[in-house]
Amino acid sequence: MLELKNICFTKDNQEILKNINLKLLDDKFYVITGPNGSGKSTLAKIIMGIEKPTSGTVLFDNIDITNKTITERANMRIGFAFQQPAVFKGITVYDLLKISIKKDITKVEACNILSKVGLCALNYIDREVNSSLSGGELKRIELATILARKPVLSIFDEPEAGIDLWSFNNLIEVFKQLEEDSKGITLIISHQERILDIADKIILLENGMIKEVGDKSILKDIFSCPKGGELCE
Amino acid sequence: MSSLLDKIINNKIEEADSYNIRENGKTIKRKENEYIKIVNKEDSKGIDIYVKENTLFGIIDIPVIISESRIKDVVYNDFHIGKNANIIIVAGCGIHNIKHKTSEHDGIHRFYLGKNSKVRYVEKHYGEGSGNKVFNPITEAYLEEGSTLNIETVQIKGVDKTTRITKANLKENATLTINEKLYTEEKQYAKTDFIVNLNGENASAHVTSRSVATENSYQEFTSDVIGNNKSFAHISCDAIIKDNAQVKAIPTIYAKDASANLIHEAAIGKIAGQQLTKLMTLGLTLKEAEKMIIEGFLK
Ligand SMILES: Nc1ncnc2c1ncn2[C@@H]1O[C@H](COP(=O)(O)OP(=O)(O)OP(=O)(O)O)[C@@H](O)[C@H]1O
Ligand SMILES: [Mg+2]
Repeated sequence: MLELKNICFTKDNQEILKNINLKLLDDKFYVITGPNGSGKSTLAKIIMGIEKPTSGTVLFDNIDITNKTITERANMRIGFAFQQPAVFKGITVYDLLKISIKKDITKVEACNILSKVGLCALNYIDREVNSSLSGGELKRIELATILARKPVLSIFDEPEAGIDLWSFNNLIEVFKQLEEDSKGITLIISHQERILDIADKIILLENGMIKEVGDKSILKDIFSCPKGGELCE
Repeated sequence: MSSLLDKIINNKIEEADSYNIRENGKTIKRKENEYIKIVNKEDSKGIDIYVKENTLFGIIDIPVIISESRIKDVVYNDFHIGKNANIIIVAGCGIHNIKHKTSEHDGIHRFYLGKNSKVRYVEKHYGEGSGNKVFNPITEAYLEEGSTLNIETVQIKGVDKTTRITKANLKENATLTINEKLYTEEKQYAKTDFIVNLNGENASAHVTSRSVATENSYQEFTSDVIGNNKSFAHISCDAIIKDNAQVKAIPTIYAKDASANLIHEAAIGKIAGQQLTKLMTLGLTLKEAEKMIIEGFLK
């Protein structure tokens, strides 16, 4: 179980998150959605320890992890897929998957993980994770590094962004599978209706505050908005 | 001293087609064959290596070992590569100095590449022991029409002071590729100078330098590329800087012909925070993440 208590985050005198209270239960699939700049990524980073909250507490399985490092949280099996994946020089996809799993795996095992995210593995396994990879390819490798870890709490920040329609179906299958056999918590930041459809609960974030938590019906105003995905005032 | 030899030469020396081992200023062992001849210069100041035309896949090892302190070894190695020959030269210098006196190796390598010949030159510098270790390699290369020279140099820690000068003159369709890897720590000083003249039509040079400067070390990278003809050059200097280290890059590209296409890229910066964060989210500590990024970078 993950519990956020009175989380506030201020940067450059700007209140980015305002008193967030949230309880996420095991074996559930959550989607955070909300307009650009509403603080979704910031909230996810606070859970992973990439940002430290200005005030408030983060509890994971009843342990206070507010002051734990990223590494400690990773070793407690919290996983985080970045919205914008990092690129390296000289580090290959295979290298990255090996440290994700924390043991030496064969290239065949690495290929199996990659094929889950729709990458034809043999072409990619020895490629460097550098900027010569396309945005969509990087995104899928990012997903693979998280799936490989089988986290107890998996956080995905807009996993569908940059992924083409064809692979998107494949991706939905990956998340459906995750939803079916996951023993932990899955938390996805997304605007995609088909991902929202799989959610057990949807959390709507607006202006750094939780506006609503519930099923898809809380978004009916948004999806009927004539301007499309934008929120209607 | 065979362990020092292993540190600087990757292949098994006995399997090379020919070799010349120099220890503390003297040749101690040599092998030749009918295609590759090694001739002493006067006063054991070095060697001339002659490779016959059309020699294919020859491997020449020329390691230099310094195991005595207070040695200043200056050596001239001249390579005369016949037309169409295709060879690999593995040079390396290891200094083992546990005394407080300076040991120095100044290797002057001159390459004369015949028409359409191909040379891959691999050089590794390695120092061990607390004594002062100095390398000052000078490389001069003359590339005839259609020839290719591929230089790989590696210097990872252990060397207190280096000034490396590489000069090359290229005729038409000649290609020069240089890959340099450098890691400095403590108070080490490393200076690299590339001077390339692209004289012939379609001559091209590709220089890639990747370096890591840590602690109080200093690195300086100068490149001076002149395009005298329709020619191409791509120079890239990429440095990771840490602690109190300093890195200076001075690029000069000079086109003396309107159809010369010369590119220089230089980037100096610390390890990107995003890279560290990503590896930490996969369970590495900050130190482990740094190590992996640096090892990958210099791989
Ligand atoms: N390190 C930072 N420094 C200053 N401002 C920041 C920082 N990180 C985030 N912000 C600001 O906080 C707000 C929330 O950003 P965040 O990235 O969490 O939004 P988001 O909901 O994920 O948006 P998007 O849908 O565009 O990904 C934005 O106004 C952003 O500019
Ligand atoms: Mg975001």
